[in-house]
Amino acid sequence: MALTMMTTPPPETGGDTRPAIPMMRVIACGSVDDGKSTLLGRLLHDTGNIPHDRLASLANTSTTDMHDAGIDLSRLADGLQAEREQAITIDVAHLYFETMQRRYILMDCPGHEQYTRNMVTGATAASLAIVLVDARGGIKPQTRRHLTLCALFGVRQVILAVNKMDSTGYDEGIYRDIVHSFMQLATPLGFDAMHGVPVVATQGDNIVSRSKTMPWFDGPVLAELLDSMPDPVPATRHFSMPVQWVNRLAPGFRGYAGTVASGSVRVGDTVCILPGTERATVRDIIPIRGDRDSAMQGDPVTLLLDRDIDIARGNVLAAPASPVLVADRFAVHIAWFDDKPLLPQRTYQIKIGTRLASMRVTAIRHKVDVVSGASLPASHLEAQDIGRCDIETDEVMACEAFASVPVLGGFAIIDRSSGATVGGGTILSALRRSANVRWHDGLIGPDDRATMKQQRPLCVWMTGLSGAGKSTLASLVEQQLARNGRHTYVLDGDNLRHGLNGDLGFTKEHRIENVRRIAEVARLMVDAGLVVLVCAISPFADDRAFARSLFGNEQFMEVFVDTPLAECERRDPKGLYRKARDGVIPHFTGIDAPYETPLSPEIHIRTLSGAAEDIAASLAGQIDRKICQ
Amino acid sequence: MTHSSHLDELEAESTYILRETMACFRRPVLLYSMGKDSTVLLHLLRKAVFPARLPCPLLHIDTGWKFRQMIAWRDQLASEPDIDLIVHMNTQAVDAGISPLVHGGTQHTYHMKTLALRQAMDLHGFDAAIGGARRDEEPSRAKERVFSLRGQGHAWNPREQRPELWHAYNTTLREGQSMRVFPLSNWTESDVWTYIRNENLDVVPLYFAETRPVLCRGDSLLVPDDDRLVPGHGETITQRRVRFRTLGCYPLTSAIDSEATDIEGILAELAASRLSERQGRLIDHAPGDSMEAKKREGYF
Repeated sequence: MALTMMTTPPPETGGDTRPAIPMMRVIACGSVDDGKSTLLGRLLHDTGNIPHDRLASLANTSTTDMHDAGIDLSRLADGLQAEREQAITIDVAHLYFETMQRRYILMDCPGHEQYTRNMVTGATAASLAIVLVDARGGIKPQTRRHLTLCALFGVRQVILAVNKMDSTGYDEGIYRDIVHSFMQLATPLGFDAMHGVPVVATQGDNIVSRSKTMPWFDGPVLAELLDSMPDPVPATRHFSMPVQWVNRLAPGFRGYAGTVASGSVRVGDTVCILPGTERATVRDIIPIRGDRDSAMQGDPVTLLLDRDIDIARGNVLAAPASPVLVADRFAVHIAWFDDKPLLPQRTYQIKIGTRLASMRVTAIRHKVDVVSGASLPASHLEAQDIGRCDIETDEVMACEAFASVPVLGGFAIIDRSSGATVGGGTILSALRRSANVRWHDGLIGPDDRATMKQQRPLCVWMTGLSGAGKSTLASLVEQQLARNGRHTYVLDGDNLRHGLNGDLGFTKEHRIENVRRIAEVARLMVDAGLVVLVCAISPFADDRAFARSLFGNEQFMEVFVDTPLAECERRDPKGLYRKARDGVIPHFTGIDAPYETPLSPEIHIRTLSGAAEDIAASLAGQIDRKICQ
Repeated sequence: MTHSSHLDELEAESTYILRETMACFRRPVLLYSMGKDSTVLLHLLRKAVFPARLPCPLLHIDTGWKFRQMIAWRDQLASEPDIDLIVHMNTQAVDAGISPLVHGGTQHTYHMKTLALRQAMDLHGFDAAIGGARRDEEPSRAKERVFSLRGQGHAWNPREQRPELWHAYNTTLREGQSMRVFPLSNWTESDVWTYIRNENLDVVPLYFAETRPVLCRGDSLLVPDDDRLVPGHGETITQRRVRFRTLGCYPLTSAIDSEATDIEGILAELAASRLSERQGRLIDHAPGDSMEAKKREGYF
């Protein structure tokens, strides 16, 4: 029976008493003792979803008599012995209930900081979070931590339940204040939807039935809110599917089993096998149910291709136009769970999609202070820390930014010796510079070249507004240095935009990339032994600092070519300011894009203070003193 | 998710879990108990690996006290061409005369189920056992991971469960560890029945109402399956229309009064029921946290 099922259509489900309903996964989180377990217990109780015998067990095994009627609804979810003994939640409980609109999986998460790992387990499964806040205590650090983790691990919608309103006299002002601070906190995290509701979980106020004691609240109660939240809609994207299992158990058969991670696939489509350059055509699709011609995101399938290629578990099949990242270095967020800290350069295993690889953290960019939201420098991550890191894997992997394709962008970190899951995270982007390409040291080094050229190489970085006179000065300085027998080159930002940087515009991102490339070229030229005169507006202090970071202390000199904007605009040698003022050129530095004035340049030139020739001669003199052997 | 119904989504999730198990473990086994959940599990695994045959054996832990209908069902299944069924019984305990009627449900379950499962896992070198347990059955199961690690002696440590992030399941095992895998974690009792109906699966007739000989003992309706269970002082056997919501050892499993003779009837009964599924499992109601305590000892 089972082996032939695929050739016959699945039986009609016409006998169903109800129409098919979708499923939503919801977590309850927030600080300890804010009433998460009680709230979920109340939700199930008031919707008639607690069986009588289980309800009775909540009463007769209670260790406390603090609660009304001797029934402690929190105990419905707190299913472990240790949880009931200590009256806390240690791990996620899964509760199931159904309304006319949909099936819910409710996950009750622990509030204690030390059980953050279990809260994250719930958050990764949920699309919606009910965040509880005790009306008396307001927003706590743990509320902030949970909100941050929700945003990080893929929760898209948030309901704020302000609980224990009875202990603040059902005060509307207190509720409004908490909602206000909550929204300030949550808005920058980019959730799709945020709602608030004042409740008393122990009494059932505004859970399923409307509270008579808070007539000032006229919004939907919790159960109504849940049903009104839209189902998460997957973005339309290109096809991708990680190969989960290569099925070659049937004679003469080789199929690639997996679940479609994004987009859809049809018989006849071309797919790329990533990493790698191979392509193949989909010959057949074996579904779990339904259509044999195509499959969509979320469908488990087995794909047959038109030719034999070596494809293994962990490879990704993707549409040729798909922007799947194929790299071995990534910018990521990591939440750390283990008592042993995460240390850079230590090797861990990473599981992403169906791929298991070795990984090390090459840099911790910063960690997030969940209370202030600030980025702090960090040398390691301790348990419960959240950090922005760079990682490097031992092999090239095909994956995706978590925001684009969650299945290919969320990962678990596994300790190699214990096998424990010690952290988790999300991919932000691939990093371009591949660490597999090592710097090759030649037999002739920088010192040899310096001796031959009888000069110390130097990068002179000239920054200033358009029309400030950078190129004019550079030409004059180069002429002077050449007369002294120096080996020089002028690297002009405008000239580079004709070739190397021809693909870049003038948005902030492109300006950053423009400066990065100029700095890298200058570094190569300095390595070649030259005195490089860079002329680039380079408006952002961060980018100039990046350029400086590529060179040794004695090899870099920042020159601020300081000409007032009015003077630059008066000169307007290329007619650009006029076009910018007319709105023809957008993002023009000084007009509608900022210029961050250098705070401590090695040399500060005020061009209005003298003739160009005199200024150039002075600058050339200073350079010459620096580069002479 | 793009699934039109929650059952499609559950089926897709279970399929992913089963394939992950086939791909990541050296010697997985499917625990088969002839119950409705095992039936769904077996069907899902057949679909997940189609057109290949079942890539792993089935294991039945026989306590010697299952209903005869269940054993017949099992033997019938074992004759199907793709089935490799292993039956294991704790013969030392049988020789020692362990019996639910003499030693009580707790002792019997420990020897005939918990220890027997540990023996079979070690004997055959299984590193992953797939089971049909669901989180809606019982409060400690509601806390358990899909891929649930067992340490030395197959013990569950509920305070040290691995975080489980998305479907990036950690299937790593170290010396002495094994895995329990629960593909039906997020299914409910009514999901199981709806799926059985939609997929046209056959189940043991004990699930359907019939007039059966019933021995009332305390709150339980026991159906004596052979002459080992006899009425005690003041007890009588009466004919009642009953069915079973769960199937286990017959002296430890209470029937319910029911008129549900088909799946539609069962679904209607569930919708109206105010009692939980495992209320008929007598071992669940032993003092203390019996399910959690049993799982710590290596019970499934």
